[in-house]
Amino acid sequence: MNIVVCIKQVPDTTDVKIDRNTNTLIRSGVKSIINPYDTHAIELGLQIREKLGGKVVVISMGPPQVIDSLKEAVSMGVDDVILLSDRAFAGADTLATSYTLAEAIKSIGNVDLVICGKQAIDGDTAQVGPGIAEHLNTPHTTYVNELCNINSANITVKRMIEGGYEKVEMDLPALITVVKEVNEVRFPSIRGILRSREIDVPIWTSKDLNIDFTKIGLDGSPTQVVSVSTPQINTQTEIFTGNAKEQVHKLLEALNEQKIF
Amino acid sequence: MSIRVTDSCIGCELCINKCPFDAIKMESGKAIILENCTLCGACVEVCPVNSIEINKSINNDINLDEYKNIWVFAEQRDGEINQVVYELIGEGIKLSQKLNEELCVVLIGSDVKHKAEELAQYDVEKVYLLDNEKFKNYNDEIYTTAMTEMIEKHKPSIILLGATAMGRSLGPRVSARVETGLTADCTELDIDVEKRILLQTRPAFGGNIMATIVCENHRPQMATVRPGVMQSPSKLSHRKGKIIIEDFVINNLEIKTRLIEIVKEIEDKVKIEEAEIIVSGGRGVGSGEEFSMLKELAHVLGGAVGASRAAVDSGWISYNHQVGQTGKTVSPKIYIACGISGAIQHLVGMKSSDIIIAINKDSNAPIFNYSTYGLVGDLHEIIPMLIKELKQGKSFPEAATAVD
Repeated sequence: MNIVVCIKQVPDTTDVKIDRNTNTLIRSGVKSIINPYDTHAIELGLQIREKLGGKVVVISMGPPQVIDSLKEAVSMGVDDVILLSDRAFAGADTLATSYTLAEAIKSIGNVDLVICGKQAIDGDTAQVGPGIAEHLNTPHTTYVNELCNINSANITVKRMIEGGYEKVEMDLPALITVVKEVNEVRFPSIRGILRSREIDVPIWTSKDLNIDFTKIGLDGSPTQVVSVSTPQINTQTEIFTGNAKEQVHKLLEALNEQKIF
Repeated sequence: MSIRVTDSCIGCELCINKCPFDAIKMESGKAIILENCTLCGACVEVCPVNSIEINKSINNDINLDEYKNIWVFAEQRDGEINQVVYELIGEGIKLSQKLNEELCVVLIGSDVKHKAEELAQYDVEKVYLLDNEKFKNYNDEIYTTAMTEMIEKHKPSIILLGATAMGRSLGPRVSARVETGLTADCTELDIDVEKRILLQTRPAFGGNIMATIVCENHRPQMATVRPGVMQSPSKLSHRKGKIIIEDFVINNLEIKTRLIEIVKEIEDKVKIEEAEIIVSGGRGVGSGEEFSMLKELAHVLGGAVGASRAAVDSGWISYNHQVGQTGKTVSPKIYIACGISGAIQHLVGMKSSDIIIAINKDSNAPIFNYSTYGLVGDLHEIIPMLIKELKQGKSFPEAATAVD
């Protein structure tokens, strides 16, 4: 079983704060992590390899600093990692990103299963996984919370939907995106950590892929961000004073004046 | 594609502060763009002397004028139309008026003609009906092919889908096949009337920033929209929409995905998305037992109970009560936030409530910045007091009159 796991390096957004004076993100001290959902994708890849044998290759697209995240994947026990890094990839939206990743998967060749996290916590789009599947012309299933069965010909999974779940079977090759409930992520092993220190992460540029340059990076991206703002604040807050009883009374009075009901 | 800083840079460093990715540095008084630039354009906007340029080449020869009208994908399961579809119709009506184009609904399913009739009773021009037993259960491959063929045949300018499990699986698949843009999980939509394009606004970075996204040179412009954010319209007194039956032949389509079963899990009776009053608790509540106080207040008010992620993660209340970025989006008439500090991830899920009442002992808690009314103090004292007053006065206004 040849498995490719796609990961993204993201800022740990739970740490992100807004500077209200300048309306910008405060970045100092925000560390970069592997997108949490993607760590579950790696774990699932490793579990399938343990069961069926084969290889787990982790790929990521991004600037050179993503090497750190790929080394972390090596420490968890994956076989190979590849970084897709090129200025030509910059500015890619989900369409261009999924195209580029799909082309890299084609270059790796003979891939049976692609696993992605449900979505990245910085963009929250959840679009790259299904997009890769479309570019590879394989079936996909999103929001997988349980792997029921996998053999050399097909895969059966549970997909979370509103108010329950669906059990779906797909022919391989296929792509799945996973949620956190799918497994518990292992800790890196000593052997893995040692290997991650030594490994020289291969970097593929646009020239290493058989790609259409009009479909990558900013030029290959139909969508563009035109403005960024911070969510609006209501500055008209009326803060009541006094003890609990007085405050409750003032609140009820105010609501009464507003004729809420 | 390229970004460059021209010689007119005055070294004011405004762009450095604005860059969300730390990708600009100063070198001998001029801005230098680093490798990790994602070409987001935030710096271009802030530069006072217009010295940052991003050049994008357009390699698309489609005729944009051929694409007209706004479509809503009418998601259904078992013949039940998802609530978000009505919200999309409500928003679609506004957009179609601004563009002066038709609003159409696309319904794909099996034995759903009666639902097409129902959808035609809203302020829509057309309901495209694709009724075939092969559409009975949602299947990514079949639905993608059906939507793609519909797009190629009718050339809509805008397609809106719910940001549901279905919409967020179908949307990216369709947009990749027709090679157009898709914006995920939008919370605001508008039209740039001059350019006649869709302005799609969505939270990013865990809700810390709002980004407005356009798809200027590709069609259709596709967006998934977060459920619970847009307003549903009322039905018209007469049937307006014309039902157009589309004969869709599924042949030569090798299906590689098979549904084995659908399992429904029992949900709470009270749906917080539909409640007019929500009493929500956070870390400050203290324990699962103390949550019963909130439940009582909600009961007295005829509302539902919500929670912040901190409360859910602590195991005080189940996940389907969670409000926020990773939970539900609600917009009740009154939202009472008890012991919730107001992390941005929570705020994005409730900030569109009509009235927000915050009860928190920390007067500096960010929640107060978003609230209509603030009560600073111990919620364990305030909430029982509020329950008592409400019980005596029976309703909010009456209890208040009793004070006078």
